[in-house]
Amino acid sequence: MNVKPINELFKKELVVINMGLESFAENLRDVNVKVLQMNWKPPAGGNKKISSLLARLGR
Amino acid sequence: MKVDIDKANQEAVSRILKAKPTIVDISTAGEVVPGMKKNLILHAGPPLTWDRMCGPMRGAVIGGLIYEGLAKDQKEAEELAASGDIEFSPWHHHDGVGPMAGVATYSMPVWILENKTFGNRAYCTLNEGLGKVLRYGAFSDEVIAKLKWMETELAPILKKAIEKHGEIDMKNLISQALQMGDEGHNRNRAGTSLLIRELAPYLVRLDEDREKIARVLEFMHSNDHFFLNLTMPAAKCTVEPAANIEGSSIIYTMARNGTDFGIRVSGLGDRWFTAPATMVDGLYLPGFSAKDAAPDIGDSVITETSGIGGFAMAAAPAIVKFVGGTPKDAVNFTKQMYEITVAENDTYQIPFLDFRGTPTGIDLLKIMETGILPRINTGIAHKDPGVGMVGAGLVKPPMKCFEDALEAFVEKYGD
Amino acid sequence: MKKILVEKDSYYDSVFLMLINKEVKQYDGVKDAVVSMGTDVNIELLKEMGLTNQEVESATPNDLIIAVEAESEEVADKAIQSAKELLNKKKSESTDTDEYRPVSLDSAIEMLPDANMVVISVPGAFAAREVRKALNKNLHVMLFSDNVSLEDEIELKKLAEERGLLMMGPDCGTAIINGKPLCFANVIKRGNIGLVAASGTGLQEVTCSIDKFGGGITQGIGTGGRDLKNSDVGGRMMLMGIEALKNDPETKVIVVISKPPAEDVAKKVINKLRETGKPCVIHFIGLKPGAQEGNLYYASNLEEAAGMAVALAKGEKYEKRVFTIPESEVEAIVKRETANMSKEQKYLRGLYTGGTLADEAMILFEEEIGNIYSNNQTKPELVLKDPHVSQGHTIVDLGDDVFTVGRPHPMIDPSTREERIVKEMEDPEMAVMLLDMVLGYGSHEDPAGAILDSLRKAKERFRERGGYLSIVASITGTAGDFQNMEEQKKKLESIGCVVMPSNYQASMLALKIIREVAK
Repeated sequence: MNVKPINELFKKELVVINMGLESFAENLRDVNVKVLQMNWKPPAGGNKKISSLLARLGR
Repeated sequence: MKVDIDKANQEAVSRILKAKPTIVDISTAGEVVPGMKKNLILHAGPPLTWDRMCGPMRGAVIGGLIYEGLAKDQKEAEELAASGDIEFSPWHHHDGVGPMAGVATYSMPVWILENKTFGNRAYCTLNEGLGKVLRYGAFSDEVIAKLKWMETELAPILKKAIEKHGEIDMKNLISQALQMGDEGHNRNRAGTSLLIRELAPYLVRLDEDREKIARVLEFMHSNDHFFLNLTMPAAKCTVEPAANIEGSSIIYTMARNGTDFGIRVSGLGDRWFTAPATMVDGLYLPGFSAKDAAPDIGDSVITETSGIGGFAMAAAPAIVKFVGGTPKDAVNFTKQMYEITVAENDTYQIPFLDFRGTPTGIDLLKIMETGILPRINTGIAHKDPGVGMVGAGLVKPPMKCFEDALEAFVEKYGD
Repeated sequence: MKKILVEKDSYYDSVFLMLINKEVKQYDGVKDAVVSMGTDVNIELLKEMGLTNQEVESATPNDLIIAVEAESEEVADKAIQSAKELLNKKKSESTDTDEYRPVSLDSAIEMLPDANMVVISVPGAFAAREVRKALNKNLHVMLFSDNVSLEDEIELKKLAEERGLLMMGPDCGTAIINGKPLCFANVIKRGNIGLVAASGTGLQEVTCSIDKFGGGITQGIGTGGRDLKNSDVGGRMMLMGIEALKNDPETKVIVVISKPPAEDVAKKVINKLRETGKPCVIHFIGLKPGAQEGNLYYASNLEEAAGMAVALAKGEKYEKRVFTIPESEVEAIVKRETANMSKEQKYLRGLYTGGTLADEAMILFEEEIGNIYSNNQTKPELVLKDPHVSQGHTIVDLGDDVFTVGRPHPMIDPSTREERIVKEMEDPEMAVMLLDMVLGYGSHEDPAGAILDSLRKAKERFRERGGYLSIVASITGTAGDFQNMEEQKKKLESIGCVVMPSNYQASMLALKIIREVAK
């Protein structure tokens, strides 16, 4: 079982991308973690038809 | 999946980046535009018939027919246009582009640009100026007279100056203009100035009447958008080699004719995907308001397609004021465009973004994934023919074009 | 009323002027307005509109014209004044504090190339796709979102396993990595105890207790609630977490917390723990703890898991006990609390915000007194007919889906529990109200304060009826949490609430009170 990347993470500074609720990013900023807040939107504006079309292209 | 889309897109965008758009000459449409005929009227946007044309487009057609001597007044022109004896074809099908109505007829002078890397050419009329002009649907005697002057005096003199000067590197001029506050679509003052600077000595040396030369210089000087009719064909011959690449989802055409907005995708050949043109969200000149506006119109969105115009808005923050935004908004609009493109331009750079290259290579799939539509700056025409420009602003293309294109793309290339 | 102002040698960009023009036209009482430079075209226009005078006609393109037609001179003057102010206003507030927020993960990674983790809390239907993208970009994932399908969870955990990455979730509410709180987590001292938990509030309770007992943690890895329950998921993340803690030189003691796992998964986990060679404390909530076996120690409740871990970390012997306060004190509390209860009072009402804490209480009561109703009950006859209405002894998990439709979780928004308190106080048969109070990041800034009024009123209601309501609470938190644990405790005690050091002790105290009343 390969868990090397996890043990490596334990030795590094956390650098986080926050996808979703902003308060999670604020909390991390509070404890001096570098965090980038995304402006996430549902793919194709939530249009399920478009999502399934994209899935057929492996996206 | 049948094809490596990312690889295909890389090929497409590398062709775009390699382009060397260059002004080589001036001639007339009849002489050089492929497929041009006496009874053919070229127009902006996707294919269109007389019965579906909006006010400004009709006005421009009427003006074109009168200018060409095929009709003597509005009534005759309208009858002729509707008769079936006049053919209409998109500029895009003839290696060219036209701003606003984009109407061009046989005798009209055109710029000739060549993409030196691939040898392909693009054509565009010379910009008439502001106010009541043909491209906004005006067809009064003054309009026709000016067009005649352009044909008989402006174009020939400029042609001679260019012959003396030699070819002009448009990529270089555009690149400079972007660092002087232009974006190449709605803001062309710097580019126009650079062009005048480039040609002035050669104009002055011509064996022509001084007043004629002076009129040519004054004409260019009085029209901030003179350069637009060069950025457009420069963009056109830049992106054209990226068309017809198997498996590529890069958008190589976006265009409107005042009725429809249309796009074309590299991996789907020359198929148009159209939807009703949208309205522009903008500011109006004193005396006008949204109720006076015509729908979005023109081929000028070819500039965005090539990575300038609205995609370089951070280079021209003044543009964003059109919708009451701040220079910060201009920067953010551009940053958004990076999310739907596959490369950063290696020549067109934005000083404010630490000389980051403009977002280049619009990817249909990224548009659909993120829901971010391409940002376009544009002028607003009055909905009645012959009135002219009433404002300017930002416009979003209709999502339907991209949805339909995606369906077709998946059908061709998907599992 | 027409008013015109011409400012000579005042050049403004035409676009800027259009903006001002638009604003001025919208003022109350303004019929029309033109704000423009004195170009020929504009002067013509002003003439046509009848907004002209000598100055206008002799204006140049370098002169600014503000012309207004309004219903009165006053309005016209004001409009012109406002236009001038707008023209002079400089936008100095355009600082770069609002950084661009990328829409796509690709753009986010471009903006932050050093990123090593993505915290995902988007709607469940879209989450799996985003997790896949993140894992394929070699980023660890904290997946807070729930409503991710089992198939997706299995596929994603397989992918994470291939790449050796953390995929904490779905429905993972708590993790603490490198001492940093992810989603709902407390500020815990660093130390040498590593944890892997398939329960969010369970992890919170244990880490807080560790902190209270003077220990500290290396990592608190979350696995998501389903990790051990389903044989196809097979405890993948738990096993990876254990392996990582085995390899981690800083971790001396490993703690594993979960709801009852599937049998085959339990075996895998225990074998894995045995292999680590480090002392391991295991707590499967609701399962009878086994006997110690080599390096494997079994705890019977969340607090005990913490106690055992801290003892092992310090190399001390763990002293099993129920209460951390003297027995005599406990008896005194029980006597005091039951002294003034009326004859009809007999029931326990546990109003919980943390699901695992509710379960811990429920399991404890079930063992000790049997008939305990809950919305989390597995025995069908003890499931609350209506989760909004208590029956007999009841423990209600207010974080359950049925309560959170269209509202935030009760740990964030105390009003759900407040409403329940108001309802419960009308039941004269209630004897003890049992509460959890979860602090830390993600929780409300003042959980105690938010319900204090209703708790006070509840006590009053019972006094009015000639009885006495006992309120027992525990605070899941540490001195490092921003809500100020001491303050929270004081607030509760100020209205006569008994605050115990852990959920286990609070539940045991409530049990004693119920038994005393039953005598």
